[in-house]
Amino acid sequence: MVSKEDVKYIAELCKLKFSEEELEEFTAEFCRIIGFVELLKEVDTEGVEATYHVSPKIQPLREDKVEPSLSREKVLQNAPEEQYGYFKLPRIMD
Amino acid sequence: MDITKGTAMEMRERIINKEISARELVKAHMDRIEEMEGKINAFITVTKEEAFKKADLIDAKIKNGEDLGALAGIPIGIKDNIITEGIRTSCGSKMLENFIPPYEATVVDKINKEDGIILGKTNMDEFAMGSSTETSYFGTTKNPLDLERVPGGSSGGSAAAVKSNEVALSLGSDTGGSVRQPASFCGVVGIKPSYGLVSRYGLVSLANSFDQIGVMGRNVKDAALMLQVIVGHDAKDSTSTDMERINYLDDLNEDIRDMKIAVPKEFFEIDMDNRVRENVEKAIKVFEELGGKVEEISLPNSKYGLPTYYILSTAEISSNMSRFDGIRYGYRAKEYNSLDELYMNSRSEAFGKEVKRRIMVGTYALSRDHTEDYYKKALKVRTLIKNELDEAFKKYDIILSPTSPHLPFKIGERINDPVNMYKADCFTILANLAGICALSIPCGYIEGLPVGLQIMGDRYKEIDILKAAYAFELATGGVNNAL
Repeated sequence: MVSKEDVKYIAELCKLKFSEEELEEFTAEFCRIIGFVELLKEVDTEGVEATYHVSPKIQPLREDKVEPSLSREKVLQNAPEEQYGYFKLPRIMD
Repeated sequence: MDITKGTAMEMRERIINKEISARELVKAHMDRIEEMEGKINAFITVTKEEAFKKADLIDAKIKNGEDLGALAGIPIGIKDNIITEGIRTSCGSKMLENFIPPYEATVVDKINKEDGIILGKTNMDEFAMGSSTETSYFGTTKNPLDLERVPGGSSGGSAAAVKSNEVALSLGSDTGGSVRQPASFCGVVGIKPSYGLVSRYGLVSLANSFDQIGVMGRNVKDAALMLQVIVGHDAKDSTSTDMERINYLDDLNEDIRDMKIAVPKEFFEIDMDNRVRENVEKAIKVFEELGGKVEEISLPNSKYGLPTYYILSTAEISSNMSRFDGIRYGYRAKEYNSLDELYMNSRSEAFGKEVKRRIMVGTYALSRDHTEDYYKKALKVRTLIKNELDEAFKKYDIILSPTSPHLPFKIGERINDPVNMYKADCFTILANLAGICALSIPCGYIEGLPVGLQIMGDRYKEIDILKAAYAFELATGGVNNAL
């Protein structure tokens, strides 16, 4: 069974906040996933390799040479806050 | 004649023959957009100024007798999760409401080089999570064939824009059916290429091992023209593959006599609208009449497609969405007292319900002791599904099925029932799980609502599904039938 505490723990990992009501909804949601997993348990996967990627071709390598990348100005152009050419964050150390 | 109603091929020809200028063509489409947008809301951003500027460049090229690209002057819509330099790319989310990309997606670069004209960025489910375009932060797109119904999704704006003649061609993205299902719902042609055929550089990732950029057009030839332009290896996407270029347009015309066609019996045991079933069965008969050799096959592992897709795609989503932290780009909450609160408040305020749901589910599937049981198990079942399809394609050229088990549904009818929303992806997800190619083509209408036929083909055998679709189109009313 999935407890509300489990859901709270997952929400914390996701850096998401939910109301009590929403947390309840996820309890049901997670139970359904367990149902899905149960369905997969009947499949015999003994000795089967995992498929992380479907591409059959060997991925070509490029020469390791330095090429220009985005300018600092462009990289910072969408930052909500920036200062002295850096992303600005709240203080994390006292 | 209203030029916006033609095919992309015709538009290009008339531009090259100087019957119409690129500026006139863009103007006609901009007028159409103005007329339709209030009703269907297919666009998040219309790039009027840029489009006219590009049109003038093409007209200058014509005047100077310069060579023109394959998409010369053709008006195109781009799904708003494909990065466009200097043009807002929102992914249908509050999170990226003001995001102006500092670089260009490879596919957009290719379209520009071939003289295509981008008219704007099309609406979509938030971060492509949805099958109805109802989860967009910028409002629902409506189906041009029935304004009370959804256009499908997540590339609903791209499909609706093509159907309503706002553009001739569009790009979408397909992770579990997001090009094919809206194509089916709006009565246009939609192609999901094989994994790796088209560069994903500049496509905002949903689930990387499934995502592929796809194309939409009002007939097979138009869609094939667009596909031809965007394929090819790209050093900026390590999963794109180096394939020999095939000229789809040249080989489209070959007849499909003796083509080996499979129909999986499991697909017709699924709960679906009977009228859709009958329509697709009729379509299968057309292939027999064309000389195709149709046989029933069994894909016993296909029924595990949904749970496998659900676990793996949400796992990849939860990982991908962690990049939205309110620091480097995107929305930042106004109030917070610590770094942790900055993350939490920014993400909670800017993500919609469906996005949060999938992040949570994926994190759960990957957390603590579950990785081995859930995620790894699903990866192994994926192998079995892929192997089963690979085996089928040793004997058969294409596999036929409905694209969606249902007709377009009413706006608001399913949004609070995510399970049934996911279940409707049962036919489309297999192509993403196996990395093969597939397309959807209109195969009939029921009370004015279109039915889509899905044609799946082997990895990198796009020409097979295109040939089959083109032959079907010619046999059932001609290439202008769906216009």
